[in-house]
Amino acid sequence: MKSLIGWGSKPVDSHVNEKTDQQWSLFRKLMLGLTPGQYLGQALRNPFNWILGIIFAIGLPLIAYRFIFGLSAVTHASNDYPWGLFLGFGLFTMVPLSASGFMLGTAVEIFGRHDFEPIERLALLNGLLGYLFAVIYLLVDLGQPWRLPYPMVVSFGPAAVLFLVAWHVATYLSVQVAEVSVSFFEWIGWLGGKRFIRRIALGLTVSGIILSTLHQGALGALFNYAPGKVHPLWYSGSFQWIFFFCSSIPAGLSMVIAVSTVVKKTMAWRCDDNFKENLDRCTLGLAKGASLALITYLAIKLIGVAHDNEWGYLATGWGAWFLFEMAVGVVLPIILFAYAIRHQVVAIARVGAFVTIFGIVLNRLNTTLIVFNWNLYQEIPHIFEVIIAVTLFAVYVVVYRFILYRLPIIFSWKEQPQEALAAEAARPAPIKTSNAPIGAMYRKID
Amino acid sequence: MSGISRRRFLAASVAGCAATTLAGPKKALAAGSFTGYPDGMGVLVDLTRCIGCRSCEAACNKEQNLPAPDKSFDDKSVFDETFHGGKQKRRPDENAYTVVNRYNPDGSDPLYRKVQCNHCNEPACLSSCFVNAYTKTKEGAVVYNPNVCVGCRNCLVACPFGIPGYSYSSAFDPVVKKCIFCHETRLKNGLPPACVDVCPQEALTFGKRKELIKIGHQRIQTHPGRYVNHLYGENELGGTSWMYLSPVNFDEVGFDPNPGNEPIINNVKDFLGTVPMVLAIWPAMFTGFHLLAKKREHDKNNQDTEKQHGEEGGDQ
Repeated sequence: MKSLIGWGSKPVDSHVNEKTDQQWSLFRKLMLGLTPGQYLGQALRNPFNWILGIIFAIGLPLIAYRFIFGLSAVTHASNDYPWGLFLGFGLFTMVPLSASGFMLGTAVEIFGRHDFEPIERLALLNGLLGYLFAVIYLLVDLGQPWRLPYPMVVSFGPAAVLFLVAWHVATYLSVQVAEVSVSFFEWIGWLGGKRFIRRIALGLTVSGIILSTLHQGALGALFNYAPGKVHPLWYSGSFQWIFFFCSSIPAGLSMVIAVSTVVKKTMAWRCDDNFKENLDRCTLGLAKGASLALITYLAIKLIGVAHDNEWGYLATGWGAWFLFEMAVGVVLPIILFAYAIRHQVVAIARVGAFVTIFGIVLNRLNTTLIVFNWNLYQEIPHIFEVIIAVTLFAVYVVVYRFILYRLPIIFSWKEQPQEALAAEAARPAPIKTSNAPIGAMYRKID
Repeated sequence: MSGISRRRFLAASVAGCAATTLAGPKKALAAGSFTGYPDGMGVLVDLTRCIGCRSCEAACNKEQNLPAPDKSFDDKSVFDETFHGGKQKRRPDENAYTVVNRYNPDGSDPLYRKVQCNHCNEPACLSSCFVNAYTKTKEGAVVYNPNVCVGCRNCLVACPFGIPGYSYSSAFDPVVKKCIFCHETRLKNGLPPACVDVCPQEALTFGKRKELIKIGHQRIQTHPGRYVNHLYGENELGGTSWMYLSPVNFDEVGFDPNPGNEPIINNVKDFLGTVPMVLAIWPAMFTGFHLLAKKREHDKNNQDTEKQHGEEGGDQ
């Protein structure tokens, strides 16, 4: 794509082809304004696509294999470890990493932090895709995935935590589709839909917060069903859901930083100036939010240890593993973020974000797989299970990239003059506020 | 000209209410513990009487039409089988709803323990199931409906005794497999389950759970030297329909010595209790935050415009 731009091609960012003054057809929009030959050529020149191709060549047949021969063909099919990588990574990790949608929605729509607007759409999309793929991982893992709608329409178990997760994830997925659809409506040029979503944006955001609070927490509360199986240091009878909810906040924010870093490095041609110029400032802002949430998380984890009087466990091997998770996954990013914010070094904040993500992945895999059945035996996932999990993640990356290339997520859609005027009137001007709750503490320190 | 119109506030409130409705009815579950149906049946297992003949396993296999085992039911070598580096003995799975394991506490005479579903008064599998596939029948059995099961396996995660097995090898109709107390073929008609019927040693006593508790304590009183003074399952995890008497401490024969007396559902009651509160409070709280933020923005803009002497103000 880069080289094509060098030759004078310009990625689609409006309804009208500037060279010919004609409306782009939907097909040409999908082709990014290139001819099919050009499109195929640039796709084949990208070495990353070849890596993806290799992953798909191995992984997709394995997924078919799993559906023909059952779960035991690709997993260790254990009655002691009913949940393996598909849920341990796909559901329990992808969902907190996708908390970005409701976090940025809250900051912009509720707290009026319009200075985060350049990155809001990326955060919303990150949320939507994360949840979508959490459901896809779930479909691969469920014994009878075609019965997924059963808790909604056939048989209800309303006293079960999973019932809440199912309903909330389904509802929240719809909310996120609505939130992201604004970009889609701009892309296809249907402004009525855009205006409608703008009108209900506040309602959508508030329901997003409610649903997120509850199902992020509910994923933790699921482990309250297995009090004897999860190691005490990772288990808390009273606070498990708060741990999961609280840690989802830095997870979601760090994911936005990480994704925007990758985007900036690999698809700079697609970012517009507004995104590029504001990214560093937004990154530091997100880092402030993430570090406050991490400090809170560290504090409540300590309270958790004190509340259940688990100090004795810290001296054991499991305790060392717990301290490692806390030191690398929580304390280290706090230090990195603090340094980055104090000295305005965006690169360090980005490193901090990747470390935070590592910490969250470690925490969720610990809870679901590593310290689960801690006094039984250790499950090592089947190699096919690992390959399928990687393949699904590769599909996630492809879908993510497909949308970022086309929909106005990291660039603004150039509206027709009269539309632009209408939008100008309807939207408050972006204001750089300096007295908003997130980050207030750091400003005092400064 | 305010930052938020009445209409937008109402819209937010309606969305909140919609979320509440969509979230479905959540039982508050604040009611006291359920201690079992008054006429619920149970089985008392006396480890001092069991000789490890495995005839209960064979009877179960026949009654439930399970596949033939790799080793015949006469083969005693299964007692030497261990899994995962010796950390685990045999456990019930999709092909065997009950297994007998041998223990040698302190190198003394071997003890045999039959493992099967204990049919809890407040089963963890039942309370964790989001499609209500499990039922605790009035006869005391915990039965499972394969026609609604989605296959999430939360029941396997939840079961504190590690009982349910999943037929992972089936691609198109995998289901949970576990002991159902022979509910359909026997218990419903007042008959004891197949394993109890066949036991040559009367190690298994079938009866009303309430009566079995009395019998259990009587045996302990009559033979204080023979048993440890504990009837496992009387109170554990809210009480179970199957209960055990043992001559040695229960942890020496593979039991979790201290699972607590609270049923598993009590662990999630706290969280489920917060659900309606979040649903009710969050909409107003966050809409309130929004109003505050808007007000401040509005005031700030007004100040700015005052400084600029009369340019158009407001944030909308």
